Amino acid sequence: MVKTDIIIIGAGPTGLFAVFEAGLLKLKCHLIDSLPIPGGQCSEIYPKKPIYDIPSQPEILAGDLVDNLMKQISPFQPGFTLGECAQTIEKNSSGDFIVTTDKGTKHQAPIVAIAGGLGTFEPRKPNLVDLEKFENHGVDYMIKDPEKYRNKKVIIAGGGDSALDWTIFLANIAKEVTLIHRRDEFRGALDSVEKVQKLKDDNKVKLITPAEVTELHGQDFLESIVVSNEGKIKTITTDYFIPLFGLTPKLGPIADWGLEIEKNAIKVNNSLDYQTNIPGIYAIGDVNTYAGKLKLILCGFHEATLMCQSAFQRIYPDKKNILKYTTVSGISGFDGSRKEAKKSTIKAIK
Amino acid sequence: MNQDVTITVIDREGKSHELIAPTDMAMNLMEVCKAYELPVEGTCGGMAMCASCQCYLVSDHDLPEKSDDEEAMLSEAFHVKENSRLGCQIHMSKALEGLTVELAPE
Repeated sequence: MVKTDIIIIGAGPTGLFAVFEAGLLKLKCHLIDSLPIPGGQCSEIYPKKPIYDIPSQPEILAGDLVDNLMKQISPFQPGFTLGECAQTIEKNSSGDFIVTTDKGTKHQAPIVAIAGGLGTFEPRKPNLVDLEKFENHGVDYMIKDPEKYRNKKVIIAGGGDSALDWTIFLANIAKEVTLIHRRDEFRGALDSVEKVQKLKDDNKVKLITPAEVTELHGQDFLESIVVSNEGKIKTITTDYFIPLFGLTPKLGPIADWGLEIEKNAIKVNNSLDYQTNIPGIYAIGDVNTYAGKLKLILCGFHEATLMCQSAFQRIYPDKKNILKYTTVSGISGFDGSRKEAKKSTIKAIK
Repeated sequence: MNQDVTITVIDREGKSHELIAPTDMAMNLMEVCKAYELPVEGTCGGMAMCASCQCYLVSDHDLPEKSDDEEAMLSEAFHVKENSRLGCQIHMSKALEGLTVELAPE
């Protein structure tokens, strides 16, 4: 059981910054995210895109914003449960929340802050008959353990970075890698496109374009696929089919937690402290809605800050506290680190 | 001079919505739909990276050519037809007066 002060669901910019604001109040945080890396949409959808409306950052790449946030919060030693989806929430006898993931990891805290953005990222699935029958029986949407494909025949479908990256990676592991895409053109890092071109030229991977997988066949386990390539239909035997058509967010299990939902977002008590209809559960960032809501990273930062102040009051109702300025008080990390402004030089001039 | 255009969006239930869209606010079709609270997600915010604003061109307007980004996204999206476009890549202009589009399935 992971025990902390605030369980933050969602490790996007808002969730990450909440760790900092909580840290200033000496509250510890643990983040849960279904993606294997922190950063949420900034890491998953647009790491290389610039953002222009972060105060004091005239231009910053989404990926760099995440890196900076990770650096900023590191003194407060946040815990992470990554690659797992927060599934259920319940209250124990002492009034703490227990959040359990789809993998069974349990987390306990008096406060839960949902910073889930647009929700859990789920793979976009192609429309194929029997697709679900073969899920985990030859059809995978994510590559968790590349060793699984050692000396196997693998077919990857897709035209973006993940299709290219995994084609390159598995070329050295699998017995045979075939990449199928609807067009000749791929949208990915130039370097990746060139690498796949070279692998193809060296006969290390097979490329079928413009083509589309139209059927899946097999008994209990996938045995072959049918591909339509410029009007020609052919059957290819394979051990695995990995469609990589990107991820799409779904509100997911939190939709069933008894929270008030409006327009696919969690309703909060206006802009007081972003608490939901369940006391002790907050919703911050893109996942919430209230009158005047704007889905902006900078608004998420503000919401995270107010949430932490309210969370402190809930945890320590009788403890006096006052807002502190980091310029004055500095930062005392849980790792023993200390940052503070240099003392002024006071010296006489004679 | 009036800077607005009137466009028609057919939702996924087949219902037509007449929308009045400004042409001087740098808006695209996805944003216009969202402004009218039509069920268009616009997940990626308009970067041609999610196809949640895919629509089918119904009227015979000559739209600007698809960019490489739009082509690439449509080549990976589902329910794509000859007349598929990404709403986020269609910028409001006077030439769009009378445009009719239909929202593609989610």
